[in-house]
Amino acid sequence: MKTHGIGTMRGYLRSDGRKGIRNVVAVGYLVECAHHVAREIAIPFREHDVHVIGFPGCYPNDYADRMMERLCTHPNVGAVLLVSLGCESFNKYALERAVRATGRPVKTIVIQAAGGTRKSIDEGRAFIAEQRALLDAAPTVPMDVSELVIGTVCGGSDGTSGITGNPAAGRAFDQFVEEGAACIFEETGELIGCEHIMAARAATPELGVELEASVAKAARYYATLGYGSFAAGNADGGLSTIEEKSMGAYAKSGASPITGLIKPGDIPPRGGLYLLDVVPDGEVRFGFPNINDNAEIAELIACGSHAVLFVTGRGSVVGSAISPVVKICANPETYRRMEDDMDVDAGRILEGKAGLAEVGLEIHDLVVSLGAGARTKSEQLGHQEFILTYKSFEPIGPACLPAA
Amino acid sequence: MPAANDPRLLLLNDGDNVLVARTRIAEGEALRVDGTEIRLAAPLSIGHKIARRDIVPGEKILKYGAPIGSATASIPRGAHVHVHNVKSDYTPTHHLLDEQAAAGGKA
Repeated sequence: MKTHGIGTMRGYLRSDGRKGIRNVVAVGYLVECAHHVAREIAIPFREHDVHVIGFPGCYPNDYADRMMERLCTHPNVGAVLLVSLGCESFNKYALERAVRATGRPVKTIVIQAAGGTRKSIDEGRAFIAEQRALLDAAPTVPMDVSELVIGTVCGGSDGTSGITGNPAAGRAFDQFVEEGAACIFEETGELIGCEHIMAARAATPELGVELEASVAKAARYYATLGYGSFAAGNADGGLSTIEEKSMGAYAKSGASPITGLIKPGDIPPRGGLYLLDVVPDGEVRFGFPNINDNAEIAELIACGSHAVLFVTGRGSVVGSAISPVVKICANPETYRRMEDDMDVDAGRILEGKAGLAEVGLEIHDLVVSLGAGARTKSEQLGHQEFILTYKSFEPIGPACLPAA
Repeated sequence: MPAANDPRLLLLNDGDNVLVARTRIAEGEALRVDGTEIRLAAPLSIGHKIARRDIVPGEKILKYGAPIGSATASIPRGAHVHVHNVKSDYTPTHHLLDEQAAAGGKA
């Protein structure tokens, strides 16, 4: 196992064979009406790996069910507390069963049955205190780089993102893929204009067709909505069009062959490079595919990502519940202004102080160090952003995951 | 022979018709662009683009060796290439640059 002199990775072994680099208690609210109680339960433990996730909707959605199940059984999660108001449609029974089947401790508090806010909070905190003590004493096992799943996303992009941070993340991805890890890039709405060069990297021609189709779907979806995946700040930072943003974003994928196309909640079956198709299937429903970066981060984590590489130019500060977010700052001016939030200064490349390969290796080693006890800046600052909204997907087709 | 482009400008691909600013460059600075000296008409922020050569309306803007949109106006060599003279060939670009200018340039 490569250690690069940055410590040896240790993981928490789960019943499905996957290993976690964190041992988080997930507190999941099952409707917005239970959000406050969930947050109050978690507050005394905010420094102790207790993370709040949840679904705000009152009406059922298969995608949200699947996301919650994948997140509650993520390798970085050691125990789960579900918080229900009592009258929402979310199938709390099925979620609790699925979590219990993995061997994880799980408890559901129904606020209406427990006797209201105060009683639910007391009951929830008692469960967490007990679980936290057990999880803190849990043994770890050696973990290899090839067992990692790593996601990448960019947000608050500017004209520097595609020149420094994104290609540096791509170099790190190339190294991880070579070492047998699974790497996931995403946001088909930000690959508009890159679909043909991307398809040429597919492991099979049939997969290439699927990759192109996923971007065509995104272009249609955004055209119907009237906006691209492009925010006002992108223009401030020098990006003029979605195609320009796409070319920069595409660089995050590196240069490895593309192994497969997955959808939110699909776990890569083996190492390699995967495109995560985040744009819903069918006619346009429920609004924007991802209403902000945090929705994409949650989807990458639901696909099993142990850590997420987040490249920013304008300066995003977000982290996430469940998995650490590594902040790679593409813009040297932003880095100097927001250094406390940034793990990697990729703007050095623009200033001629470092090469792409050097920064790529730095990103790679930083991720490995997260499995040896290191914490990202966003973790140290307590960032645990999370959002989950309505979507609908069809399962992936047979061409999406060609056999090895 | 001097370099074709000022070292503060980055040519990402030989086929590109734009150059990217590696750093903030002040208004009025003299810059070598594709072998010709130009004077910068407005301050250029890091990551923004200027034309490497004269661009005619309708011409594709090429960056990373790939088309990133079409020119909506004539863009002389050395001029800022951005949302005021480029449009997407896919979906329109949403920005608040006019609002910011009205608010005194505050981001």
